[in-house]
Order: sequence, then C-alpha cells, then structure tokens
Amino acid sequence: MGLFGDAIAWIFSPDRQTGSLPLSEAIGTHLAFTVVSVLIAAAVAVPAGWLIGHTGRGREVAVALSGAARAVPSFGLVLLLVLVLGVTHKVGASTTAFVLLAIPPILAGAYSGVEAVDRRVVDGARSVGMTPAQVLGKVEVPLGLPLLIGGLRSATLQVVATVTLAGYVGSWGLGFYIVQGIQIRNFAQILGAALVIVVLAVVLDALFAILERLVVPAGVSARRAPEN
Amino acid sequence: MIEFRSVTKTYPDGTHAVADFDLVVPPHRTTVFVGSSGCGKTTLLRMINRMVEPTSGTIEIDGESILDRDAVRLRRSIGYVLQNGGLLPHHRVIDNVATVLRLDGVPKREARDRAMEVLDVVGLDRALAERYPSQLSGGQQQRVGVARALAADPNILLMDEPFGAVDPIVRAELQTETLRLQQELHKTVVFVTHDIDEAFLLGDQVVILEKCAQVAQVGSPSEIIENPASDFVASFIGTERGARALRTKQTDRGTVLVDTAGRTQGVLVEGAP
Repeated sequence: MGLFGDAIAWIFSPDRQTGSLPLSEAIGTHLAFTVVSVLIAAAVAVPAGWLIGHTGRGREVAVALSGAARAVPSFGLVLLLVLVLGVTHKVGASTTAFVLLAIPPILAGAYSGVEAVDRRVVDGARSVGMTPAQVLGKVEVPLGLPLLIGGLRSATLQVVATVTLAGYVGSWGLGFYIVQGIQIRNFAQILGAALVIVVLAVVLDALFAILERLVVPAGVSARRAPEN
Repeated sequence: MIEFRSVTKTYPDGTHAVADFDLVVPPHRTTVFVGSSGCGKTTLLRMINRMVEPTSGTIEIDGESILDRDAVRLRRSIGYVLQNGGLLPHHRVIDNVATVLRLDGVPKREARDRAMEVLDVVGLDRALAERYPSQLSGGQQQRVGVARALAADPNILLMDEPFGAVDPIVRAELQTETLRLQQELHKTVVFVTHDIDEAFLLGDQVVILEKCAQVAQVGSPSEIIENPASDFVASFIGTERGARALRTKQTDRGTVLVDTAGRTQGVLVEGAP
C-alpha cells in the first residue's frame, strides 16, 4: 500500500478510538473551535456589516480593516496571542485569533448583501413609509441574506483550515495529529489527519452551498411565468 | 391643497435643483410637472413626502407645514407610485399592495381583504395576487404600484414618471386607466413626466418647468396651447410641429385639418359643441 493507503488505514484503525486523543474527540474539538469562533465573529460582524451597508458609512474603514486582517499570517497571530494572553489562556488566545480571521469575510458578506439590494427597491420601501429599521429588517436583510451566507461560508472554511494550528499550542483538534506526526515522522498520521480536515471542509462547504440556495427569497428566484 | 412657498433645494456640491419655487396644487385635481430631465421635477415631487428635504422654504398640505410632521407618518399618508414600481421583489403582489396598511398596524387578514379590493379598482385579476412581482409584465407591475399607493386610501397621490418604462401600447392603456380612476376617486394627484402629450392628457393643471424648476408656465392644457407664455413653452409643447400645428384644407365634403407632415388629422366641425 502507498502512503494514501496507509493514511486511510490510519483513519480507520481501531487505535483511533482509544489513546490519549481519540479521533472522534479531535474532530469534535476541531468543529467546536470552528463553530464557536464563527459564531462569535458573526455576532460582531453581522450587525456591524448591516449597519455599514444600510447607512453607507464606514465602508472604507471596513474594507481597509478587512484587507489588513486578511494579510495577517494566521500562525503568527495564534502564537502572538498565546504569548500576549499567556500560556494559561491558550484556548482563549487561539479562539481570539480564529475570530479575528473570521470577521473580515462575514463583515464583507453582511455589508455587500445589503449594498447589493436594488436602490430602487429600498427607495420604494422608504417612500411608502417604512422606518429605517423596517427598511433594514424587511427589505435589506432578507434580500441580502444569500451574500451574508456566502460570507459565513468562506469564514467557516478559512477557520476550519486554520484551527489545525491550534495543534501547535495545545493537544487539541486534528492539528495535534499533524504536529505530533511531524515530530515522530509518522507520515500516514499526518496525511490521515489532513484528509479528515479536507473532508470536514468539503462537508461544511456543501452544507453552506445548500443553505445559500435555501435563503434566496422566493420572489427573487421565482421564474417569470409564461405570458397569459 | 398643497402649497409650495419659495422652496429651494441646493445639494451639498452646490448644484441647484430647485430655486425659489412657488405653486399651489389644487385639491382633487391632477397637477402635472413636465420638463426635460434634470429640470428638478422629480425633486419637487419627492419634497412633498419628504423623501427630499428643501434647503429653504416651506411646503404645506392643507395649511400645515409638512416639515412639522413625522416623515415616516407623512409618507404613509401619501400614495407614491415610482417609475419602476419599486415593489418588494420578495413579497407577493397582495402583500406588496397591503404594505402600507400593515405598516399602519392593520391586521393581516383585514389588510389582505382590502388589498384584494384595491386590485379590482386598478383592474388587476385577483388570480395574480399570489404571484411575485418578477412573474408579472411591466404593465401589471405598474398597476400593482398604483394599487399599493391607493391601498391606504390617501388623499394625495404622487406619481413619478409611472409609465416611463412600459411600451407605448401599455402606456396608453395605463393612461386611460389613470383618467378613469381619477374620475372615480378624485384624489389630489401630482404627476411627473417628461412627455408633454401625457401631461396634456392627464393634467387639469400643467406646470411646465425649465432648469432649476423655474416655472415657464402654469395653466390648463387649453390655456397653454392657446397662449404659450414664451418661445420656450411654444417649442416645448411643439405648437410648430406634429399634430399640434394644424392648418385647414378645403375638400369637397368640407374643411379638414392637416398637420405639418401633410397628414390629415381630423375634420373641422363647425359650430361650438
């Protein structure tokens, strides 16, 4: 068997269910890091993005911040935050790093979703007497939802890949197998863990792809009926 | 009655959209603002429901300044028809029509019932109620826009080039419908168009505007055609061309009227009606 075969065998080996870090636990921690980080980032970035999109103010700042944040090397950020927050706060430090990574795509998805709504529709909503909050809640948010989900999708993919780095600072997640595998030169383990991460990413991506289709408002996706 | 008193609108970049505009819009009549694009006619219209705030001057509705009223409440009390319909694409036709009623807190069932009645008023088949705007033709969407504006039974109806985006046949149909509706409903209508024929067809009072919403002439269509105030008005309404520049021609069966292109437009009927 080649390396791939060894990696597959490593994944399905009965040893993965026992030991200091069972595979199911590693997957669970990996997903928990991902979900929690994305949720915290969304709690910050979604309202901010909607506000930016609705008012049209602060867009330049958001773009600049997002651009800068994208340029920050994730590994460096994780290590830096561990050093800054202290080795006793590794979970907090790593989560903070992942949240910071997740914010730019979610922010961009939220404000571009609102911005992409046809200005004439917004104008119509205002002119029949909707308050700014109603324009946001009844028009801009529902019509901008697909782009927001797109932002959450790319944030999630980015985080699920980056959570691997948590393995460097603690013995959690699928990244731990990779770090350990490098140290003990177990290439089957490295590749096996990497494959599991890839599968997680693909599954999450597929789920978001479905969600993105589901949130397209009915009238927007509705095809034009034949003339009668 | 809507009254503009020395209304001025200057944008922050210094462009004047409207300069010192005065006008009385009589109640239960149709007043049409007509002029070329950029003459400020839409700005004037949008100042009535405070979608645009005047830089100076006042606008009063029945003697009460609109600037003292809450903008959102004011807008709900005034019907507004936009050029493209401005409908909510994710709401069904019936919910679009019921929008203002729902905003005013009318229960959903009652709002839908009333919206259904308004569909009848504007001549829309009730079968379309459950469709989305994207499933309708341009003319149907425009009728939904009119229905939405009428649903809360406002006294004032603002129409911003409502038939500008539909083809000529549908436009003629919608114009006829507008005349019929106005005969039934007697709203105070303010209508904006760049089409002088539409203005003369629909307007009881026609306001011809030049740059910066300077009034070139105000009057009934007959007054304006019979006595254009300036060369600008004469040229704008086209008294020297087309179907408005007619001369008589004698035929064996009497006198006919011929336009500048030589086409016979009608027969001269002697004696007043």
